[in-house]
Amino acid sequence: MTELLNIENLHARVEEKEILKGLSLKVNAGEVHAIMGPNGSGKSTLASVLAGKPGYEITEGSVNFQGEDLLEFEAEERAQKGIFLGFQYPVEIPGVNSMYFLRTALNAQRKARGEEELDGFDFMDFIQDKLELLDMNTEFLKRPVNVGFSGGEKKRHETLQMCALNPTLALLDETDSGLDIDALQIVSRGVNAMRGEGKAIVLITHYQRLLDYIEPDFVHVLKDGQIIKSGDKTLATELEKEGYSGLTNETTAA
Amino acid sequence: MNTAAKMPTPPADNVINKDTQLDKTYKYGFSSDIEMDYAPKGLNEDIVRLISEKKGEPEWMLEWRLNAFRIWQNMVEPNWAKLGYPPIDYNDIYYYAAPKSQKEKPKSLDEVDPELLAVYEKLGIPLKEQEVLAGVEGTSNVAIDAVFDSVSVATTFKDKLAEMGVIFCPISEAIRDYPELVKKYLGTVVPQGDNFFAALNCAVFTDGSFVYIPKGVRCPMELSTYFRINARDTGQFERTLIIADDDSYVSYLEGCTAPQRDENQLHAAVVELVAMKNAEIKYSTVQNWYPGDENGKGGIYNFVTKRGTCKGERSKISWTQVETGSAVTWKYPSCILEGDYSVGEFYSVAVTNNCQQADTGTKMIHKGKNTSSTIISKGISAGRSNNTYRGLVHIFPEAENARNYTECDSLLMGNKCGAHTVPYIRAHNNTANLEHEATTSKISDEQLFYCRQRGLSEEDSVSLIVNGFAKDVMQQLPMEFAVEAQKLLGISLEGSVG
Repeated sequence: MTELLNIENLHARVEEKEILKGLSLKVNAGEVHAIMGPNGSGKSTLASVLAGKPGYEITEGSVNFQGEDLLEFEAEERAQKGIFLGFQYPVEIPGVNSMYFLRTALNAQRKARGEEELDGFDFMDFIQDKLELLDMNTEFLKRPVNVGFSGGEKKRHETLQMCALNPTLALLDETDSGLDIDALQIVSRGVNAMRGEGKAIVLITHYQRLLDYIEPDFVHVLKDGQIIKSGDKTLATELEKEGYSGLTNETTAA
Repeated sequence: MNTAAKMPTPPADNVINKDTQLDKTYKYGFSSDIEMDYAPKGLNEDIVRLISEKKGEPEWMLEWRLNAFRIWQNMVEPNWAKLGYPPIDYNDIYYYAAPKSQKEKPKSLDEVDPELLAVYEKLGIPLKEQEVLAGVEGTSNVAIDAVFDSVSVATTFKDKLAEMGVIFCPISEAIRDYPELVKKYLGTVVPQGDNFFAALNCAVFTDGSFVYIPKGVRCPMELSTYFRINARDTGQFERTLIIADDDSYVSYLEGCTAPQRDENQLHAAVVELVAMKNAEIKYSTVQNWYPGDENGKGGIYNFVTKRGTCKGERSKISWTQVETGSAVTWKYPSCILEGDYSVGEFYSVAVTNNCQQADTGTKMIHKGKNTSSTIISKGISAGRSNNTYRGLVHIFPEAENARNYTECDSLLMGNKCGAHTVPYIRAHNNTANLEHEATTSKISDEQLFYCRQRGLSEEDSVSLIVNGFAKDVMQQLPMEFAVEAQKLLGISLEGSVG
């Protein structure tokens, strides 16, 4: 197993408030990890810190991604190195249509990797099967990014971007929130298509129901800034029944 | 003319800094080593006479200038705009500076001083007709009048346009060659005493473009004037007059740049447009004068009067401006809607960064029946800059069923800049239908992070977001210039985040 991501004893704070308090996690290529936990446990902070969002201070610990110190890099460099964050609340960018946005992003990444950029025609060919996979059409690409999108459309759009950018490590922050069953199935289809050798997915979720569609290899429970329990997918079912309240810090991360 | 005989010594340092580039963000900041012919510094009747003589003007034109000069002497500089700058010493400016090689106006492009052509090449302005005609890659279907300090140095495609009856030439030539047309229209849209800067321009204007589109002709090319200020301590006073006769159409674009210098330079232009029955004039500006450095040192003072009259029924005048340069901008391209069913449009993107100040907007004067106007203004402020939209919608009593739609959006970057909206509405007819919308927003950290997470650099992210904000205006630009203008928006804001 090739190790992709290794987080050791990570401490992170926003302003004066410590949110991650010694989090450790290893992710190997080919794996799908689910991170569950109550509100305020630090799930979204973990995703933001890994993606390089400004405003977080790392006070202790390390994050290694494919042999490099990830914390050294700016957000865009991390993206170019293959880290994708599917946002819980994707932000609107008025006046910029989705097609232009996605092509600009794709070309920025291709350029950084020394690959040739795609022109408008090549891009349309490139995006076609990804649109089909997610039951979307080219009309969708003409709309300004996230402006007036329904909850389901936003998440499908995030999934489309993931499929197009084809990251090595996808961090999906509450991708299931606000989705009805149909949309959940479509989004899951996209995520499952991403699974593969050399790649990994970290799903951050509140509910077990997403895991009915995307089967994780590992489930971790995040509470008060630490991973307090790890197991296989049965842990998720257990959590659904018992809730988080009974759990205490009984294991360190796998 | 005794003053003409004694040419002053040109400023000693107008030839140093050859092609030096001081600031990466303003790539047009180089100055060029061109031998210049100056009129003495300062402003008086002799200077006005000298300029007129240099241009070989007829007596009526000189009288017109002198009249304007006398009006100007009795006027005071306006101070109502939200702009602050030290007093301008109008006697410490050169009002005329021309490349020596232009003394005898070249008859064709082949005769133009290669040094001058090299300057335009460096600016990316194609003055080579052959290449354009031969379809050389990177050239576009645009006829260009190139104005260097006080004179037009080259005008391309004049002959081709003349075949269709289109006149496109420097205004100094038009005064000599088409005096009847010039006399008929000059000063009819912007009268000599209109305002302090317009009066100054009337007295000392040096060059600019003249366009006449005959009845029923749709001008086959984009017409463009490119203004370059090069000489030190020199003001540029451009004068442009465009007349579109019945049922004609023209799209015109102006661009401008200036070297990077520590002192401020004055640019006071007047542009007049006349659209006859069913005619349409589309006037686009990409204004990129040197804006000064990040501490507000240097930069162009840009005091401009632009106005068009929709004289005929169903005529249309459309102003589109992308304003990114100048230390100070004072500019209100306006439309007088005289003809019934005539249409006025104003689309503006104004960017201010560092210490720049812009007070810009429009006036839509509705006189005819069923006239309509649209104003879309997008202000983007960054650094410590101030950006003001100032606009007037005036409905005259006789303007039945006039309509106006105004939208003013401001985008702020950082917390040290200012955005201001000052709309004036005077409605003297109850049938008017007026709408006004205004928004103010900030580029959010969330938007920036979203773009960066997808792999865009911080600067590309800003550029993307800003171009999205300005899209409604940018898409009004002629295709040939849209891409360049998009890049310019991004470049103007470089270093404004982080």
